Amino acid sequence: MVRPTKVTNAIRTLRFTHGEMTQADLAERVGVTRQTIIAIEQGRYSPSLEMAFQIARVFNVPLDAVFQYTEEEGDIP
Amino acid sequence: MSFGERNNWIYVAVCLISYGIYLAIILGSAQEVPLAEVPYVAPMLWTIGIAIAAMIALSILLSIAAGISAPKECGKQDQRDREIHRFGEYLGLWFVVFGGAAALGMSMAEMDHFWISNELYLAFVLSSVVGSAAKIVAYRRGFQSW
Repeated sequence: MVRPTKVTNAIRTLRFTHGEMTQADLAERVGVTRQTIIAIEQGRYSPSLEMAFQIARVFNVPLDAVFQYTEEEGDIP
Repeated sequence: MSFGERNNWIYVAVCLISYGIYLAIILGSAQEVPLAEVPYVAPMLWTIGIAIAAMIALSILLSIAAGISAPKECGKQDQRDREIHRFGEYLGLWFVVFGGAAALGMSMAEMDHFWISNELYLAFVLSSVVGSAAKIVAYRRGFQSW
């Protein structure tokens, strides 16, 4: 359940570079609660692919500019 | 704290308090008669009834309080809430399954109704408490859907 995720994100940075958008603003535009945005930012929740695309669309950037998947030694390329 | 998390704290508290009251009544009555002969039906039905009523009343009060403090997010549920809810219910369900199987075995062994009823009640309480506790942990420590 609480396994660490290898998915990292740049939502916090993107919010600040987009007019210091608040978590509440982003939550409203994506259609989720502010707690969910906080959980995603802190890496406590990995959103669905659809929600990830919705977040990327709000910032008008490609998906991999928002979410990154960090590779570790032994991972299948 | 999210609306969903607060609701689960209420469920855990109400379940534990109502079951604690029930146990206190039953064990208190067992001073005079053997445990299996204690009249358990009325205390069990009353504590279950009061627990359900308390959960409904507290949920309504919580909704009103949340509506005043954060009207936009009041009662709002999203994908994460639904996934956490499903996860907690799935965990809690196992206690109902094991409780049902144990009750079946106890019934086949022709055990006293007192023990079968109490075993089932305990299974329901554990199901609610474990399911809600799992949801609280998922809310606080994290939950990965991928």
